[in-house]
Amino acid sequence: MKDFAALFTAVDQTTKTTAKTKALAEFFISASDEDKLWTIALFSGRRPKRAVTTTQLREWAAERAEIPLWLLEESYPIVGDLAETIALVLPPPGRESDLPLTHWITELKSLAALDIDSRKARILDAWDQLDATERFLFNKLITGGFRIGVSRKLMTRALAQATGQDEPSLAHRLMGGWTPETTSFHELIEADDPEADESRPYPFYLAYQLEDPPEALGSPEDWQAEWKWDGIRGQVIVRSGAHHVWSRGEELMTDRFPEFARLPDFVPNGTVLDGEIVAWDGAEPYPFNTLQARIGRKTVPKKLLKEAPVILLAYDLLEDGGIDLRDASLQHRRTRLEALLADLPGEVPLRASPSIAFDTWDNLATTRAAAREHRAEGVMLKRLDSPYLAGRKKGDWWKWKLDPLTVDAVMIYAQQGSGRRANLFTDFTFAVWNGNDLVPFTKAYSGLTDAEFRKITAWVRKNTLQRFGPVRQVRPEHVFEIAFEGIHASPRHKSGIALRFPRMSRWRHDKAMQEANTLDDLKELLNAYG
Amino acid sequence: MAHMRDPVLTFTERGIHCPAGDFYIDPWRPVDRALITHGHADHARPGHARYLCTEACAPVMKHRLGEISVETVKFGEIRKIGDASVSFHPAGHLPGSAQIRVEVAGEVWVASGDYKVVDDGFCEPFEPVRCHHFITECTFGLPVFKWADQAEVAAEINEWWARNAAEGRASILGAYALGKAQRLLTMIDAGIGPILTHGAVENTNAVLRDQGYALPGTIHVTPDLNAKDHPGALVIAPPSALGSQWARRFGASSTAFASGWMRLRGVRRRRAGDRGFIVSDHADWPGLMQAIEATGAENIYATHGYTDIFARWLNSEGYNAQVVPTEFGGEDDETDAA
Repeated sequence: MKDFAALFTAVDQTTKTTAKTKALAEFFISASDEDKLWTIALFSGRRPKRAVTTTQLREWAAERAEIPLWLLEESYPIVGDLAETIALVLPPPGRESDLPLTHWITELKSLAALDIDSRKARILDAWDQLDATERFLFNKLITGGFRIGVSRKLMTRALAQATGQDEPSLAHRLMGGWTPETTSFHELIEADDPEADESRPYPFYLAYQLEDPPEALGSPEDWQAEWKWDGIRGQVIVRSGAHHVWSRGEELMTDRFPEFARLPDFVPNGTVLDGEIVAWDGAEPYPFNTLQARIGRKTVPKKLLKEAPVILLAYDLLEDGGIDLRDASLQHRRTRLEALLADLPGEVPLRASPSIAFDTWDNLATTRAAAREHRAEGVMLKRLDSPYLAGRKKGDWWKWKLDPLTVDAVMIYAQQGSGRRANLFTDFTFAVWNGNDLVPFTKAYSGLTDAEFRKITAWVRKNTLQRFGPVRQVRPEHVFEIAFEGIHASPRHKSGIALRFPRMSRWRHDKAMQEANTLDDLKELLNAYG
Repeated sequence: MAHMRDPVLTFTERGIHCPAGDFYIDPWRPVDRALITHGHADHARPGHARYLCTEACAPVMKHRLGEISVETVKFGEIRKIGDASVSFHPAGHLPGSAQIRVEVAGEVWVASGDYKVVDDGFCEPFEPVRCHHFITECTFGLPVFKWADQAEVAAEINEWWARNAAEGRASILGAYALGKAQRLLTMIDAGIGPILTHGAVENTNAVLRDQGYALPGTIHVTPDLNAKDHPGALVIAPPSALGSQWARRFGASSTAFASGWMRLRGVRRRRAGDRGFIVSDHADWPGLMQAIEATGAENIYATHGYTDIFARWLNSEGYNAQVVPTEFGGEDDETDAA
């Protein structure tokens, strides 16, 4: 574990991507094949099955640290990470060991067969022989979500450096449903790859937000425009008579969307489509709110299937007749996509996401302004002669989203942040006027600079009216512009509305609190865009 | 005038007030008479008619606040103010920093200001003061905050600096200009290379050197200084200077921050420096408990920090603990100072 801890420390101690990549590449050269495989697994979002619950972990840690459980529970949101909180409260280890990463993962897996007392004894024993960093990583293996400043892209690059393979093909090899239990380092990375897993998706191509005016992109005729849908990005695979649906986060969603089960009857084998899964009312997408009911449901009740049926609005064809099409131009892929989908019966949950005709950028700007009426959040711009790349790359794909909706609201409650923002007040509740009352309608956590957060933190400390545990009611005074992407009715909320992606876009020093918006203003927005 | 039933110290909108002596401790709005624990901006504010502090604290305060009317006392010296007896005792937070002891009719209260119980070998070490009521800061009042030995952290800093120097990089260390910066100067191995200082740090160095505090030699970074003339340097600057135009003159560099907050990985990452060294001028969790126990006080008032959680913990440990209702301070740079 010492070499893995040293890798973590090296990566954690720098903000420079090149230095992180170098440290990781060195690890990929020096570590054992088992440790390499697990490292790839961890940095691509895979983890060992959880053998103890986080509740047990908290109880055992509090007991070992000789503090009451509530005190550990209170510390956790401030630190922002349970694995770290536990590592920080535990007393120093009683002895030292240097067992490899894979040993500890095997140890964790073996706990599943033990009774609870033995599990506890083994966890305490592990804590007692690991130093602070090793403990943090060990706890991370249990609590999951191994996000420690190494993106999948960075990991793939380091692996490419260490193995001499090219990055895009490595990225493709790493996709799909493999686990360290079902493969080996050799099989996954080094062996010839003729019979790759039939369910394996291609790496998604991701767009950047367009910051400059589109004129900077050159001539409109080199570009294709599409609606930017507010759904779930998905890749639908039909191979050997079976279908697979993948999310952008590489989660297999096949069972969640039974609508697609019929695709193999209509779409030839060796077809891979990229598109947006949306709830569909027969002519256009339902608001995201409707799709929300389907997300997180592993099995779908009949009623919901009827109320919120989904389709794929396909915008790219990655594999055609079993041939990888990604190096072909978008223009070519689009022609093939349209041909493939042209004669499908209406009940097949598959449509080509239409391309938007435009001849000048002004023209497209006008269309974009009407995006909300089409249940879209803006337009996508894709260069017609571009290949389908892997990951987020600048140049060929851009999202040109609508400006967010905004309201001016008064801050009424404040709470301290966690993790990165532990010592600052960063979580706020905002209200709008309803007559002479301030009605809370949203929370927001982001959008201010660190300097602004420090300033508002100082102000909150001096202007607390009342405390409710960690929440402070503050003197209503400050007005913030709240930006958001959507608005819908919500009976669960006092105000009757809920916002999508609310954040603080501006601190309105220029506005007195009486000038904030009203509940009626919000209802008007709800009528227009809800 | 004070009445017999008044508590010795009360918490008001202006700050901690003593009715028997009609003075305030570290007030944050202008008052007639202010007793100041130490020179940090959130404790020593401008605008008071009269200031009282320790001899060792006064020069820095004058340096920062300009023309003010200051009276000084020695550590331990007893002053009578109205019906109150007042004395200042080392808080170990920075040179000249004090806890203030107030006794009225046999009842003793101590306002801790900011404090650190571990002797850093630089400022006057913390002195436990017996009292009935103790007003304690709790900036790091959570069990996750535990500091390593100073020598261990010093070795880490020296290693970082030496490696940067060997690889041709400057080492820029962000630390609060009063107290932390000077303590770091006494911790590091000055033999590794030249030490450059930002103006804000150097001004405080000059004040403290005049008072007789021993600091290694430093080179003030003036506009005409050529960084290339000082290869392998350690640069000590206020955190706000890191990443600024000012810092760019040093070319290839590694950046680090020194603060108790660096114990939290999240805060370390927010700072986006290469390194975070856990050096605090405040007591850690065991330090707070040690200090509170040493006072013998039953009544504890928690201020500055995770007050709710800390007070709840103290109550569960058998103390009669409360949260100070109004908080003082909260300067923009408060988190940097910790």
